[in-house]
Amino acid sequence: MMACLLEAPLRISVLSEVTATSRHYVDRLFDADPQNVLQGVIDMKNAVIGNNKQKANLIVLGAVPRLLYLLQQSSSSLELRTECAVVLGSLAMGTENNIKSLVDCHIIPALLQGLLCSDLIFIEACLRCLRTVFISPVTPVQLLYTDPTVIPHLMSLLSRSRHTQEYITQIFAHCCKTPEHQTVLFNHGAIQNIAPLLISPSDKVRMQALKCFSVLAYENTQVSMTLVNVLVDGEQLSQVFVRMMQRDKPIEMQLTAAKCLTYMCRAGAIRTDDNCIVLKTLPCLVRMCSKERLLEERVEGAETLAYLMEPDVELQRIASVTDHLVSMLADYFKYPSSVSAITDIKRLDHDLKHAHELRQAAFKLYASLGSNDEDIRKKITETENMMDRIVSGLSESSIKVRLAAVRCLHSLSRSVQQLRTSFHDHAVWKPLMKLLQNAPDEVLVMASSTLCNLLLEFSPSKEPILDSGVIELLCSLTQSDSPALRVNGIWALMNMAFQADQKVKVEIVRALGTEQLFRLLSDPDTNVLMKTLGLLRNLLSTRPHIDQIMSSHGKQIMQAVTLILEGEHSIEVKEQTLCILANIADGNTAKELIMTNDDMLQKIKYYMGHSNVKLQLAATFCISNLIWNEEDGSQERQDKLKDMGFVDILHKLTQASDPNLCDRAKTAMQQYLA
Amino acid sequence: MALPSCQQCALRRALCSTTVPTRHCRAAAIRGYLTAARIDTTGLLTGDPAFNYQEHELNERLKRLYPAVNEEETPLPRSWSPKDKYSYIGLSQNNLRVHYKGHGKNHKDAASVRATHPIPAACGIYYFEVKIVSKGRDGYMGIGLSAQGINLIPHHKPPDGHSFCSSGTGQPYGPTFTTGDVIGCCVNLINNTCFYTKNGHSLGNNLMKNDLRPNLYPTVGLQTPGEIVDANFGQQPFVFDIEDYMSEWRAKIHSMIARFPIGERLGDWQSVLQNMVSSYLVHHGYCATAMAFSRATETMIQEDQTSIKNRQRIQKLVLAGRVGEAIDATQQLYPGLLEHNPNLLFMLKCRQFVEMVNGTDSEVRCFSVHSPKSQDSYPGSPNLSPRHGATNAHLHNTGADSPTCSNGVTPTNKNKSHNKYTGVSSASSSPSSSPSSVNYSESNSTDSTKSQHHSATSNQETSDSEMEIEAEHYSNGVTESSTRIMNGTYKHQEILQADDSSVGNGVADDSCSSRQLCGGNQAATERMIQFGRELQALSEQLCRQYGKNATHKKMLQDAFSLLAYSDPWNCPVGQQLDPMQREAICSALNSAILESQNLPKQPPLMLALGQATECVQLMARVRSGSCSFARVDNFLH
Repeated sequence: MMACLLEAPLRISVLSEVTATSRHYVDRLFDADPQNVLQGVIDMKNAVIGNNKQKANLIVLGAVPRLLYLLQQSSSSLELRTECAVVLGSLAMGTENNIKSLVDCHIIPALLQGLLCSDLIFIEACLRCLRTVFISPVTPVQLLYTDPTVIPHLMSLLSRSRHTQEYITQIFAHCCKTPEHQTVLFNHGAIQNIAPLLISPSDKVRMQALKCFSVLAYENTQVSMTLVNVLVDGEQLSQVFVRMMQRDKPIEMQLTAAKCLTYMCRAGAIRTDDNCIVLKTLPCLVRMCSKERLLEERVEGAETLAYLMEPDVELQRIASVTDHLVSMLADYFKYPSSVSAITDIKRLDHDLKHAHELRQAAFKLYASLGSNDEDIRKKITETENMMDRIVSGLSESSIKVRLAAVRCLHSLSRSVQQLRTSFHDHAVWKPLMKLLQNAPDEVLVMASSTLCNLLLEFSPSKEPILDSGVIELLCSLTQSDSPALRVNGIWALMNMAFQADQKVKVEIVRALGTEQLFRLLSDPDTNVLMKTLGLLRNLLSTRPHIDQIMSSHGKQIMQAVTLILEGEHSIEVKEQTLCILANIADGNTAKELIMTNDDMLQKIKYYMGHSNVKLQLAATFCISNLIWNEEDGSQERQDKLKDMGFVDILHKLTQASDPNLCDRAKTAMQQYLA
Repeated sequence: MALPSCQQCALRRALCSTTVPTRHCRAAAIRGYLTAARIDTTGLLTGDPAFNYQEHELNERLKRLYPAVNEEETPLPRSWSPKDKYSYIGLSQNNLRVHYKGHGKNHKDAASVRATHPIPAACGIYYFEVKIVSKGRDGYMGIGLSAQGINLIPHHKPPDGHSFCSSGTGQPYGPTFTTGDVIGCCVNLINNTCFYTKNGHSLGNNLMKNDLRPNLYPTVGLQTPGEIVDANFGQQPFVFDIEDYMSEWRAKIHSMIARFPIGERLGDWQSVLQNMVSSYLVHHGYCATAMAFSRATETMIQEDQTSIKNRQRIQKLVLAGRVGEAIDATQQLYPGLLEHNPNLLFMLKCRQFVEMVNGTDSEVRCFSVHSPKSQDSYPGSPNLSPRHGATNAHLHNTGADSPTCSNGVTPTNKNKSHNKYTGVSSASSSPSSSPSSVNYSESNSTDSTKSQHHSATSNQETSDSEMEIEAEHYSNGVTESSTRIMNGTYKHQEILQADDSSVGNGVADDSCSSRQLCGGNQAATERMIQFGRELQALSEQLCRQYGKNATHKKMLQDAFSLLAYSDPWNCPVGQQLDPMQREAICSALNSAILESQNLPKQPPLMLALGQATECVQLMARVRSGSCSFARVDNFLH
């Protein structure tokens, strides 16, 4: 009883206004004569319709538990039970507080229990109320799944009437929020049961059934794969969806049908070059982005479109020329418009509420559009104020907008030309660096990934970024728990070390610390390992650098190389490691670290005879560097290696079928001849 | 090129544009077309069959896409014009393929060609496509629209990214295109935009310049050797789904009309509508309905109630084919009317002759074994309700046993007829299938006061009984007893005939050989021939009095021609015997009576309808594109 009372301050204010009539309605629920009770409930029903105050009063006065009691009593007449469900449904239509009170009074299990009754009218009244409760954001959706018998029972009620169909599909559409929910509904035959409703004569049923499919198919391969094979009245489901996207259909229907097809396509159930995607879904979603649509529709349209074409460059190309999409998206940044601020306060409020959503949706779509094609990226950056918008987006308060803006920036940063021009002109590195200081992981991943591109050798932003203390920041990223952040951190360091000054290299090694470096070399994530090896290789580039680093860290590096070459690693990892070895072999003093290590020389020998050409090539490179003529002590090294049988191997390799390997071996042999 | 037989068959079938139900009838219909010498327009017997097939597809598609276009006034573009082209342009493949045949040295060698006709405004939305067969040497091609002179407005960039200008007015637009691409161009004359498509994708709207709007021609421009493009003006399915685009605009315009703001005039609006309905009911003589309606809506009826009923009676007689009686009644109730309208009288007499052939006019019917006065069972009597457009399906399913007044205009009426319906079914052997129809001739015999009312108010109760009285009064001219008695026997055979004729639906149908001239009675035939002589004499007299009248002559000839065939119902002029033909003369007579009473000869509703139709046609002439989706037909159900 206490549970369904409102919070104290509100309760007092409401209580003070509780009239005698409200009290009277509740009192009548306790009448000894069932007929009077029924009449009381009917009168209550008429009194609460559209009257939020009255609803609140009755809830405060404890009408809900009594109504639930009457509804559950098998001794109550069916008519009374039905009227109780109707009144409860009416109470649920009020404020969110009403819903909370009802849920606290355990209305959901009571109504679900009511569905076991055989009377259709009563079932419909219960379902109507349940629908209203479940579609409220304050109701925990999990309540639908607590009792495992509920879902199958709801499925069986789908055949009862158009109303049961409408309410049940609406409940499903709202309560399917996780992959687990999808699986539960799928396993209970949601697809077979709901598919026929797509051609129901009732608009509402069709619409709710369609929504069910969109939530069921979202990022769900199993559902999507099943959907393509479903026939509705002899017609493929995808064709039913295509018909629902026709331009004279309600916008909500077009948009939801487009979502269904998008999810099916992303799950691989429909090919991206299928006409229903290329000629129907994509244009439909582009239309949803037009100025004529509501702000909500434009947000959903842009997000869905971004998702649809993310992996497919051909779709990106088509979308980029469809209906001036690129410039149409620029409008997304014009809310609240200056006009709305002056003329209409309601409109301003509406605009403000959607402004963030619009901006992030536009950034997402730009990111998706520009993820592969250089021409599209150019078109995007040339859109009015685009770079400025991204820059200010990076520092917006809304995390969603920041994330989307950095995604967009990342997508555009894949362009060499943009890195050289617009990125530098707008100093995007500044807000990007700021973003990296203190951001949630998902933003950090995108931002650091973008930073990797900005640190590429040809990027004019590289210098100013270096000066801003980025090395410490990146080193700290390599210690992250998130593999994606570790990769990005080490990747950025790798890019930074490429053809860098001695000073930078020393700074990297210092900041990272050898301990961390070697920890990364044993990272469980192959990507991290690869990029760390890449970093090492870049660090060990020109001769003086090699000798300097090897003189200070030679022992550990040789240990690490040994470990990797002995370990179970992919060809790529081993190749990279052998390349490091070849770089070491190119140093003046560093050479000796290999020459004095017979074990290592045996390994090189082994890899020269490996079945993989890449490894052979890298190992041969290493030997070639060791026996190079013009350097001090080359004769001794040549002799030693000849004694170890390397000449024979090189001789054999000159006959290799791979021309590169053959050339390399010949060049090495020439060192002996000279 | 030889067509597979099934395709030829499809071609033939489609040639007889109305769908004909049976194989047998189809053959008949084709014969009909051949004798009517329509073949030369469709080219069935001449030329390349593939071309004919394409031509046919084109006609069908254009009709579907642009139903509002009257091609007699404003023909649609169907090919490139061999007259409106530069000499460097060559045309082939029925003037659909364009190739460049100049030197193509510089931009001065650019050449273009436009379509045979400008785009009619009544299209609302117009679309055509061009396929790039070959981009030629440099691919300097422009596709788009031009006004009177040959100027291109927005078109595509060629593959190399340079913009192509014909006469210096081309504007670069959209992505490049190359060999194999299909470029489309859509003109929206509703919002004055145009957009291009590439391989089925819309490239986005562009506003059209004001001065380019009237008389836009589909146009292509070429500039270098080897450039070849093929046009599709509807000969083939379009790559872009233009019909989907049109459906959006149709829905837009319809909702615009449905939501047309009437502002503060809500009250006026309602009373105007009520007057429209009321005057319509009065005009057609739905007396009881009109009275009930006026009572419920508190509107005034101008005409006297007996006058309405008189007109109603006369109309019923005409529609039942009893024209002789109708003439008598008119002369009796409205003396001098027919004397002042000799043309009308002549038309009536001609019709009477036809009805005699039909065996329905009372002058021949009295010779038949059946009661001539039976009001009930006239074969296929048309509804009293005038028909709109071509919807005549309801005619045959209302039951042939009595002329029924189907209307269902107002909710009150509907309610009433529903109540009535219970009464009718108890008395009648064949209940009407339409719930909104009121069966006058039967209802008087039942006691409808017993019928249950759901939400009956006293007001409705009285209006109902009023209706009963009216119905009784209405069947005045007929003796009740005979109706009753004859029902069983007579109706039976007549219904069968009515059904037959309904199947034939005006198309020659040789399955109804059971029908006989003047009901097969010798005396009746003699009477008919005598009447024919009188009619001939009347015609001659009118001719002397008012000079020659071609219409009369044709009318008389047609009527007499019926006698030249052993089976008049199944002869080239047999259409006259169709009961539907009574409607025109019926409404002419009704209008004449109303005019003689100084009442409008047309109900305001029909005037409004006519005005709306005219308006839409006028919109097409003044180039207002939305007319194509604001068709009056779309709003008549």
